[in-house]
Amino acid sequence: MVLTAPLATLPLSAAEPFIIVQSTTSTQNSGLYDAILPLFTATSGIDVRVVAVGTGQAIKNARNCDGDVLLVHARASEQAFVADGAGVSRSDVMYNDFVLVGPADDPARLSDTTNVAEAFAALAQGETPFASRGDDSGTHKKEMSLWQNAHVDPTDASGAWYRETGSGMGATLNIAIGMNAYAMTDRATWIAFGNKSGHKIVFEGDEALFNQYGVIAVNPERCPAVKATEAKAFIDWLLSDAGQGAIGAYQRDGQQLFFPNAQK
Amino acid sequence: MLELVKAARPETDPLLTLDHVTLIRGGAAVLDALSLDITAGVITAIMGANGAGKSLAMRVMAGLIAPEAGQVRYAPDMRAPRDVSIVFQRPVLLRRSVRGNLRHALKVYGVPRNQRTRRLAELLELGRLGLIADTPARALSGGEQQRVAMVRALAAKPKLLLLDEPTASLDPQATQAIEQLMRKAADDGATVVIVTHDRGQAKRLAQDIRFMHRGKLVEKAPAKRFFDHPTSAAASAYLSGELFL
Amino acid sequence: MLEIGTAFSAAFGLIIGLDADLIEIIALSLQVTLTAVLVACLIGFPLGALLAVGRFPMRNALVVLVNALMGLPPVVVGLGVYLMLSRAGPLGVLNLLYTPTAMVIAQTILVTPIIAALTRQVIEDMNIEYDELLRSMGTGRLSQMQTLLWDARYALVTAALAGLGRALAEVGAVMIVGGNINHVTRVMTTAIALETSKGELALALGLGIILMTLSIVLNATLMGFRRTAERMAYA
Repeated sequence: MVLTAPLATLPLSAAEPFIIVQSTTSTQNSGLYDAILPLFTATSGIDVRVVAVGTGQAIKNARNCDGDVLLVHARASEQAFVADGAGVSRSDVMYNDFVLVGPADDPARLSDTTNVAEAFAALAQGETPFASRGDDSGTHKKEMSLWQNAHVDPTDASGAWYRETGSGMGATLNIAIGMNAYAMTDRATWIAFGNKSGHKIVFEGDEALFNQYGVIAVNPERCPAVKATEAKAFIDWLLSDAGQGAIGAYQRDGQQLFFPNAQK
Repeated sequence: MLELVKAARPETDPLLTLDHVTLIRGGAAVLDALSLDITAGVITAIMGANGAGKSLAMRVMAGLIAPEAGQVRYAPDMRAPRDVSIVFQRPVLLRRSVRGNLRHALKVYGVPRNQRTRRLAELLELGRLGLIADTPARALSGGEQQRVAMVRALAAKPKLLLLDEPTASLDPQATQAIEQLMRKAADDGATVVIVTHDRGQAKRLAQDIRFMHRGKLVEKAPAKRFFDHPTSAAASAYLSGELFL
Repeated sequence: MLEIGTAFSAAFGLIIGLDADLIEIIALSLQVTLTAVLVACLIGFPLGALLAVGRFPMRNALVVLVNALMGLPPVVVGLGVYLMLSRAGPLGVLNLLYTPTAMVIAQTILVTPIIAALTRQVIEDMNIEYDELLRSMGTGRLSQMQTLLWDARYALVTAALAGLGRALAEVGAVMIVGGNINHVTRVMTTAIALETSKGELALALGLGIILMTLSIVLNATLMGFRRTAERMAYA
């Protein structure tokens, strides 16, 4: 009796239908989901439960069938996920962009550089502290490709000026601010970030910093427990005018954070 | 009841026998091939100097310690430990009220649930514990605690009641109360064995004496003869207040 | 960077505001943690008593193991439970991942060794005193364990409190198996982690202050109960 009382009130299995979306911290921390998901739930009656982890972990969880929908930002990994048969098909949902943030006095003079390869080269040359996610997330994967384009292998300096935090975006930003280091972050997380201290955006605007989000339904043939109908309903809504409109309408401090770009 | 027990078991037929019991502690034999028997239906006092092995012998009798060698034999109708109760010099009472301690004992001794309330009342009456029945047992005086321990031992209606210096740290009044309970138990048919240093107590209570020295039995005698004419050197020295090494 | 004062005013603001979301998070924290501790007590008390009183092969090895498990990192427990409850795992069909039940399971695993180890210590100490008496009364092992557990009940409150503190404070396990899903599996510690990652340090610390207050209140209540009850029972 004593034992069952507290357990009884736990939602062991939901009475109302729900889906689990494996997604990234950047989308959750920016507040996007809090803004748009209630709109979907209101029209569909389907509750959306978001597990926000790094892109790498989100994909692994989805591979374990622990989610119905995958919404992340690492196109190559997403395509591999579909090619392997783990996901059904991939659709572009929206994009934002990455920016480089750093101390206000910008010691590596990134604001003087004209493209992102130059900016990364300047970071390496000046050996100024840089805080990397180092966690196989979408942001981390993007960062590594940018280093490669700049012909720099920063991991040689790991532990010196190149600091791999192994943490989420927010934690990495907290660390960068704590040790006066540069960091690469998606713009949405940065705008919504509450602990900017003296840091500011020091480089932005290069097309190479484009950050595309894609959505994939987990393959029900591989994962029989997947709620395929509800998952499809959610993806269809995201890609519909209503969903795209909601994404475009979400603002923080008067700035639009995500730009819908689903294929019509 | 008493008559029955006596009739069924002639005095030559011991209730309990230790047969060449050896107990090793710290490399030394603290009980050294000890042979000793307890006569049914009487009060026996085990005496001897400190370190003679009296308390250990009593624990072997109670089945609390298994000896390295030798045998412990009970009379055929005795079941150990069910028919044996032991009371220690320092009573070990549970962290409960007096009533709680006795109720626990009745339960452990397998008294049917519907008889426990009646038996509990009898035990409280027997130990004159009615007024302190609901007091935490460990908050009582030493004498009161030992009374609870005695009554708890009697709750089992034991055939053999073992008492290990039960009054060694009590004042005369408290000692008298314990001795009355002992006599009552003996009158009700229990065979009583008491380890004591108190010669007066042995004279007051015991019909039979077993005298131990260095882990062995050195004298066995009726109480009167033992106190008047001890035959062993160790017992003579002990009774005359001398150290016997 | 951040003033402690801001954190306290944030905490104060949260308490005064007492918004529904905060109440929901606090309620779920208490529900998950108290259930886990309750289950852990039901397992840990008898297990601890068995380790204290029982005589069986490998007992000492088991005691060492249980003591060592007190230091289990929550993340490891979380990962283990995740692998079991994942749909790709052996218990996937139960559909428990990302539910409060999964969090209760993880915390129970985390807390049970603590309660069992502390119980063993308490019972073993008490048994030094009780063992001869209980054996002389012909008490069986099971009955001996029951008697010891009952008589040690007030001391065992402390063991339960140690478990409660651990469960209330850990974030690693519930984060992995619960997923920190808003309105479903978000508890105090995962909310703190989330606010920290959002850079809302004052808010995070404010939540931390509330969690600490909660912990103090729970501890004081149980210790107060223990004192009073203990005085009544054996002065």
